[in-house]
Amino acid sequence: MGSTNSTLLKIPNVEVLMQETGFSPAHIIRLHDRFKALDKEGRGHLCPHDFGAIKELAMNPIGDRIIGAFFSPGKETVDFHTFVKILAHFRPVDKDRPKEPNSPEPINSRSNKLKFAFQLYDQDKDGKISRDELLQVLRAMLGMQVTDEQLESIADRTIQEADLDRDDTISFEEFRKACKHKRFTMFRFCIRPGERKLMLTLCHWSSELQDQHEL
Amino acid sequence: MASSVYLCLLRAVFLVCFVNPLIQGLSEDESVFQNPHHQQEENLTGLPIVTFKWHHVETPYLVIIWVFVAGLAKLSVVELNHHVISVVPESGLLIILGFILGGIVWGADRAQTFKLLPPTFFYYLLPQIILDASYFMPNKLFFSNLGAILIYAIFGTCWNAATVGLSLWGCYEAGVMGNLDIGLLQFLLFGSLIAAVDPVAVIAVFEEVHVNEVLFILVFGESLLNDGVTVVLYNVFDAFVALGGPRIDAAEIFKGIFSFVVVAFGGSFLGIGFAILLSLLTRCTKHIQIIEAGFVFVVGYLAYLTAEMLSLSAILSITFCGICCQKYVNANMDEKSVTTVRHAMKLLANGSETMIFLFLGVTAIDTEIWVWNTGFILLTLLFVFIYRIIGTFLFTWMLNKFRLVPIEVIDQVVMSYGGLRGAVAYGLAALLDEDKIPEKNLMISTTLIVVYFTVILQGITMKPLVQWLKVKRAAHSDLKLIEKLNNRAFDHILAAVEDICGRIGDNWWTRGWNRFEENYISWLLMKPKARKNRDYLFSIFHKLNLEDAINYVSEGERQGSLAFSRSDEAANVDFKKQFGSEFADVMPNIMVDMSNYELGIEHFSVTSIVKDTIPSVSLDIHGQDRKNAMDDINAHHLLQQHLYRSRKHHRHKYSRSHFSINQNEDEVQEIFQRTMRSRLESFKSTKMGVNPAKKITKHHKKELTHKMPNGHPDGTGHLYGDEVDIAVGSETGAINSTFMRDTYTVGAGIENPVFLPDMDSPTHSPPWLMETEAVAPSQRAQRRLPWTPNRLRRLAPMRISTCSTDSFLMADVSLTLEEHEEHSQTDHVEMRPVFD
Repeated sequence: MGSTNSTLLKIPNVEVLMQETGFSPAHIIRLHDRFKALDKEGRGHLCPHDFGAIKELAMNPIGDRIIGAFFSPGKETVDFHTFVKILAHFRPVDKDRPKEPNSPEPINSRSNKLKFAFQLYDQDKDGKISRDELLQVLRAMLGMQVTDEQLESIADRTIQEADLDRDDTISFEEFRKACKHKRFTMFRFCIRPGERKLMLTLCHWSSELQDQHEL
Repeated sequence: MASSVYLCLLRAVFLVCFVNPLIQGLSEDESVFQNPHHQQEENLTGLPIVTFKWHHVETPYLVIIWVFVAGLAKLSVVELNHHVISVVPESGLLIILGFILGGIVWGADRAQTFKLLPPTFFYYLLPQIILDASYFMPNKLFFSNLGAILIYAIFGTCWNAATVGLSLWGCYEAGVMGNLDIGLLQFLLFGSLIAAVDPVAVIAVFEEVHVNEVLFILVFGESLLNDGVTVVLYNVFDAFVALGGPRIDAAEIFKGIFSFVVVAFGGSFLGIGFAILLSLLTRCTKHIQIIEAGFVFVVGYLAYLTAEMLSLSAILSITFCGICCQKYVNANMDEKSVTTVRHAMKLLANGSETMIFLFLGVTAIDTEIWVWNTGFILLTLLFVFIYRIIGTFLFTWMLNKFRLVPIEVIDQVVMSYGGLRGAVAYGLAALLDEDKIPEKNLMISTTLIVVYFTVILQGITMKPLVQWLKVKRAAHSDLKLIEKLNNRAFDHILAAVEDICGRIGDNWWTRGWNRFEENYISWLLMKPKARKNRDYLFSIFHKLNLEDAINYVSEGERQGSLAFSRSDEAANVDFKKQFGSEFADVMPNIMVDMSNYELGIEHFSVTSIVKDTIPSVSLDIHGQDRKNAMDDINAHHLLQQHLYRSRKHHRHKYSRSHFSINQNEDEVQEIFQRTMRSRLESFKSTKMGVNPAKKITKHHKKELTHKMPNGHPDGTGHLYGDEVDIAVGSETGAINSTFMRDTYTVGAGIENPVFLPDMDSPTHSPPWLMETEAVAPSQRAQRRLPWTPNRLRRLAPMRISTCSTDSFLMADVSLTLEEHEEHSQTDHVEMRPVFD
């Protein structure tokens, strides 16, 4: 316990961080360890190439986008605070958290999760997924298996499905509606307290029904 | 209502009048069946014109009659359910109907002459149900919940068996049941056979209730796997009973547990082995498409029987065979075969299910098996019910410690209430050896009562319960591309976040498996062709497009004509494009139809958009020339020429090995080649002033001079060629319009000069409508194939200068040009001067 506290004390503003993200001290420590492990040069912040060094991530077709999501525009580094906050998107939606009317929306709320996903598509940050942006993602994910023409038709069709105001782009509102109805993969980032080892479980597919009533 | 009552009456009459006399004949001399001519020869006085040979056909006749009756029963039950009551589930109604039928039989015979025998059930009725269930198992759901399912199936079943057996024994020892000749082992044996939730019953009830899919897969998966477990358990206890109490020591118990593991896992692996065999087999059944669907059933059944032979778990074997092979088999087989499998599988499974429930009812009407022991029967019912609930809650409680998404209390209630027992339990009870278990009949009757109780009563109350508890229902959802896309993206995101957090999690394993599967297993088990375009997103896209196309056509037809509704331009473009990319190579007829049609209807509206959006191969050669307003006569003429007429008089009406008599891959290819060739010729001759390659023109020109009525030697003017001319002319402005008109009228004759000599029928149908096998030119054309792409390639540089590139782009896609790459390069150099 003593070591826990001493590690926690090393992190600045740890209370605020926990308040904002809902992570427990054990999680923070675990994430801090991971952060330090990624930060090989010990600068106290991470650069894109630190992420790039993760082997599996380099193989991920949309890995660079995910890395990009950690860096706010114009910034080349990410500090521990931001790192944790980004990861907090993946915590499961708290069901029991008391709803205080004036408290800000928690990071792991459903709509914030969706926003996170949305910005992975929306690379030029204009609030809309254009056909080209969609095509890029599709190309990355489908790769060589389909021809460009097929990709384009898929992209067109996808936009058609979601596009409600017929401007050939998907806005966040449309994105949210498209994902609204049913069992729809939702981020879950479950961390079980009390365990020495941080358990991050990102579950999907099975449980989204619970998210329905939150809308 | 009326119809169902009528049906019931009809059946009753039918049974009494017809079946019963036949059944009575059953017990008569068996040797007659062996030697059917025996009787005949004896009293042969003259040549009999007609003889009644009942014993000749007795067995198959009875079988088929009962199948027929089961079918009628299903029909009437469904009718009844539709109109009268939708309270009782079909399975329950079938059992009740079985009572009635059994009563009729019994009333006629004063004895039970028909009942469900264990071999019939296990060898002929059960396998297809299990195969169906596993073959259509939603794999992703199943495997992501596999842990929970296994816990329920293995430990839950053992728990049920042990607790029910032990509690009954305890009560027996306490003297509740009076004097019975049952020992502890027999009780455990009984417990094991009554323990398993029955997949047949569960599917029948839960399918009508539509609970959410996690709950469904838990109950369904459990029922499927625990059947295997219960059979294994039953065999172990059976062996123990045979061994006798005193001789069972620690070693025997250990052996029992070991054999349990071996039998269960051995069966599963055997099933996987057969799945691999089946997948490999379907890789190379391309040329026997008609029967390839049969392999699924045969190999599945083989998996079942082989496991039975090796005394491994047959149910687990066929389950895993179905689950593992579905993906590869579906990808390997022709789409039609996949449909065949789907329908045949459903047919068999549904039929078996009907028969099982009906026969379970019929079986009950038998005075012999009914032994009443109030204590035993009621206590069994009670324990089965209670321990199911306790077991479910216990194991769910343990599972919820590990599950990310806990199973809710309501779901647990439904799960425990859904513990329906079925025919497997009865089959096992009927298999009991009367020598070893003196109270066999008591066990059978108890089992039957448990089955009836759970299937009928719990089945009836299941729906209200689900409604009352407000169990989450399955959300009905349309297939949506964006959703699938997001799912895919989220998979990647989650895996990436796990990487960033530095944890090996579920997604890491999933991804690792997917990669392995993609690289090795698919490579081994899937056709290269199927592998290429089997991307999930793409197949969804394909499916959606197919749906759209079908809707589109049916909508058009619903509105009274084949004229596709064209409410707005966008929809049309969309349709064209999808068609262009998806089906052009498959359904050229429709493409041609469509384009011709548009030619007549709308000359201007769509063209500018469509032109750019028709990709890849298509015979939609008219995409180019719609700008030229052609008059209606021409349009009609084109229709006449291009529409693919029926070829009835050229074809056999029946073929054992081909469904699609009028659709032929070669034919499509043939049409395409001819079209391209003639267009090419006319293109060159008219536009460039270059004579077509000698090889071809020699042949054609000779005939042209003979056959052309107005003897226009220049007019290689085949219809298609003209259109290209027109298109090119209009766009490049190289050819003036009078010339166009001129060439057009030449080509516009009804008879198509290029192909005239090849026609061997007097009809005016264009030669490309002929069946390829029968007509000479097809072979010739195919032999000439090699130079077609080459020549096309030579023209490829032209693309840069002219706008009318689509016609050549079309050729690019379908023909493998890569092979000719270097070759065409040199060609191109040679041809330069000519073009310049």
